Amino acid sequence: MKEKPVLLNEEGLRVDGRKLDELRPIEIKVGVLKNADGSAYIVQGKNKIMVAVYGPRELHPRHLSLPDRAVLRCRYHMAPFSVPERKSPAPSRREVELSKVIRQALEPALFLEMFPRTSIDVFIEVLQADGGTRCASITAAAVALADAGIPMRDLVAAVAVGKIDGKIALDLNHLEDQYGEADIPVAMMPGLNQITLLQADGLITIEELKEALELAKSGIMQIYKKQKEALKSKYIGSGEELG
Amino acid sequence: MAKSEEIIPIIKKKTIEALLEKNTRIDGRKLDEYREISVEFNVIEKAEGSAIVNIGNTMVIAGVKSVLGKPFSDTPDEGVLIVNTELIPLASPTFEPGPPGEDDIEIARVVDRGIRSAKVVDLKKLCIVPGKSVWALYIDIYALNHDGNLMDASGLAAYCALLCTKIPKHSVENETIKILEEKEDLPIQHEAIPVTFAKIGEKIVVDPCYEEELIMDARLTISFNEEGKICAIQKGGRGMFTADEIMYCAELGRKISREISEKIRRMLENAQST
Repeated sequence: MKEKPVLLNEEGLRVDGRKLDELRPIEIKVGVLKNADGSAYIVQGKNKIMVAVYGPRELHPRHLSLPDRAVLRCRYHMAPFSVPERKSPAPSRREVELSKVIRQALEPALFLEMFPRTSIDVFIEVLQADGGTRCASITAAAVALADAGIPMRDLVAAVAVGKIDGKIALDLNHLEDQYGEADIPVAMMPGLNQITLLQADGLITIEELKEALELAKSGIMQIYKKQKEALKSKYIGSGEELG
Repeated sequence: MAKSEEIIPIIKKKTIEALLEKNTRIDGRKLDEYREISVEFNVIEKAEGSAIVNIGNTMVIAGVKSVLGKPFSDTPDEGVLIVNTELIPLASPTFEPGPPGEDDIEIARVVDRGIRSAKVVDLKKLCIVPGKSVWALYIDIYALNHDGNLMDASGLAAYCALLCTKIPKHSVENETIKILEEKEDLPIQHEAIPVTFAKIGEKIVVDPCYEEELIMDARLTISFNEEGKICAIQKGGRGMFTADEIMYCAELGRKISREISEKIRRMLENAQST
């Protein structure tokens, strides 16, 4: 491995100039794809991710449908050009696992029992990746589900926290993820105070986990606000256009 | 592996929930009680290391094979570690044949994360010629009988197999690598012990059995090293946790991981002394 870069400078600032508890700039656009029932595009730092939601719709093959609820299906996929070295377009083991954990992060928010025998499909295409793509995908997917008019208990917002040069930091970028000591993606239904995704690698103490969960929550509350603003800007508009 | 539909009668679900209300479980355990663990080391002579782990009626085997290979370009001076899990139809009436599905892959990746993050094996010592030749360790995990908590059984089987793995010694002369007859222990430096919890309604139980897994809302696996530091976490299932519930699992998991570690140490000593 190349020499580990300094992740925190003497002033306590990170490689991209952020403070430890600072998110990357986030922009969310709603309803960007005409064919999809709901869609969202998120730019978080250098991450650029497109999400489309189709459904509830008839499920094929039929035998996979459930008599008492909708089947939520999720595909997380990275475009070959999304990373420095071309990634094979075939789904990797990582993408298979992430598709599963993203699905399970979104599922608690949905009233699937309202749509028996159907499927709700969430397609996530990572166009550019720079660390924290599963979390940005969840943030955007929740907005796209809401855009599709699917009843939800709450939005789901997500962010990765981690440990860099011994300190707990919010919203790791790729460099910090690669050379940091730990990476902890967290997704929550912020209004209900429930955690729907939690993973970790690297080494952390139980006390650090507690600190990480608190920091994640503060980031998630900021992202939650952005999600709601993005949805409002589509459905409420400025008012002037309607006038 | 594909999974056919798993069904549990509503009456059984209600029984399990009613018992949990009284803080007891369908198999008579307390909520924070782990099942009996037994480990058989080196069951496969042709593997470099192997172990069968039983947690109650759950049974998993892991085998380690070493081959000479090329290092990854970003870690030219480290050996390679590859974990693979297969939930074969032999282990459960609900497992179907076929290539690894998302459940198999999830288990393999969580086990891999624990072993990698805790640095169980000193991969630097598996380097033979930097950038050219290193030992690649393949850990293959096979479920043999599924009675819940395949995650911990897989993680423990992989860890126990590594503990008793011996790889051939080698010599290097003019860049030619010679593999010798004599074998040496793997450079093991840390522990990675997973502990899995299931949330059923408002109750949290450790080491869920099969029936508990069928009705659980969510699952949480936390792996610990010998210092009680967390080396991997994975939330699973369709449900959710509060931060307090996660911290409860972390504290209890740390305690249980120490007990499991002690049991494994004793079983390994017994195995080596006979």
